[in-house]
Amino acid sequence: MSYRETSYRVAYAAMILIIASLGTYMVAESATPKERIIKITTKRFDYSPAEVTVKKGVPVVLELTGKDVMMGFNLPDFGVRADIVPGKITRLRLVPDKTGTFIFLCDIFCGIGHEEMNGKLTVVD
Amino acid sequence: MGSEIDRRDFLKLAGIGGLGVVFGSALPGVTRAAAQDDFYFIQMSDSHWGFEGPPNPDAKGTLRKAVAAVNSLEQQPDFIVFTGDLTHTTDNPMERRKRLSEFKDIASDLKAKTVRFMPGEHDASLDNGKAFKEFFGSTYYTFDHKGVHFIAVDNVSDPRASIGEQQLAWLAADLAQQKTDAPIVVLTHRPLFDLYPQWDWATRDGAKAVNLLLPYKNVVVFYGHIHQEHHHMTGHIAHHAAKGLMFPLPAAGSQPNRTPLPWDPAEPYKGLGFRSVDADKRAGYKLSEFPVSKKV
Repeated sequence: MSYRETSYRVAYAAMILIIASLGTYMVAESATPKERIIKITTKRFDYSPAEVTVKKGVPVVLELTGKDVMMGFNLPDFGVRADIVPGKITRLRLVPDKTGTFIFLCDIFCGIGHEEMNGKLTVVD
Repeated sequence: MGSEIDRRDFLKLAGIGGLGVVFGSALPGVTRAAAQDDFYFIQMSDSHWGFEGPPNPDAKGTLRKAVAAVNSLEQQPDFIVFTGDLTHTTDNPMERRKRLSEFKDIASDLKAKTVRFMPGEHDASLDNGKAFKEFFGSTYYTFDHKGVHFIAVDNVSDPRASIGEQQLAWLAADLAQQKTDAPIVVLTHRPLFDLYPQWDWATRDGAKAVNLLLPYKNVVVFYGHIHQEHHHMTGHIAHHAAKGLMFPLPAAGSQPNRTPLPWDPAEPYKGLGFRSVDADKRAGYKLSEFPVSKKV
């Protein structure tokens, strides 16, 4: 086998590998739903929005930002929580695996209205 | 509250935990029988001094009525403990101190010689317990009484509702001095277990405290925060929540929000009260619930 012939064969094999990898990647991409980004802003003593609806199985990234004091975001039914630091974006990833309406709440005591600071996450099919 | 309230016990349920716990309510009848080392104490909780609103039209009178009710007990307790939320929260540090001062003044009318105080999140979470300490000293401490070791745990001075590694190390060191069969009573404000985190009825690192306590056979926990009587077991450890002295809260998850139950003019002070805890070397602890007002 000549040098040129060998080079062609190697290049051909490499091309097949690249195409195969690309195909696998594309299949994987289409099998995993794209993350949905939801922005939630806090100020004493509210979440905005306070009601969020998402789809079961679709990954969600909550982008949490605070306007005044340190707050918490706690979604006990999904076992996730985060601190919300004023002026910073906190990202909280979640893949809702059950349907229903679930409470999220501030779990850092933040003042006189702290106990009313909550919201609802509704997960639908 | 001119006349005396008799100490009246009605046994409802017996035999929980190593030492045993029985529950009771204030009903006519039996006088306390006391062996030499037996004693009883009173738990008062969640007086929320400074609160104003429809859930309690007698907001300025209820704590005083409770003090009078305790003072009218036939036999005075060895001591009284307030398990937090002495005052209602305020963002104003001066107002917070004013409320703590007024609360302390009212509590000073209690006849019992020893009254111990603990903070709740309303007293301590906005300033890490600074104002509370000015009036009542440390937010966590221990004391011993007639062979029972009491541990007051602070799970509110950190606004994240954590006990914290420093205090947990202190707790571990204190417990290391105790025999595994020593009678231990833990006093705290929030539940140490996840009662209902959806309403913030939990302590973030409460499980760490419970794990430290589990090797000890005779542990009972008394707490407040949820403004209602509640009893729960984590392993062999019994946890007993007390009624509040300002407004009752609904049962966990029974309504969409944890808003106070409405005042019932037909039954004023309904859902409010305090409890006595009898420590009996042989029978364990006996809990009796008392109303704020005899009219209930």
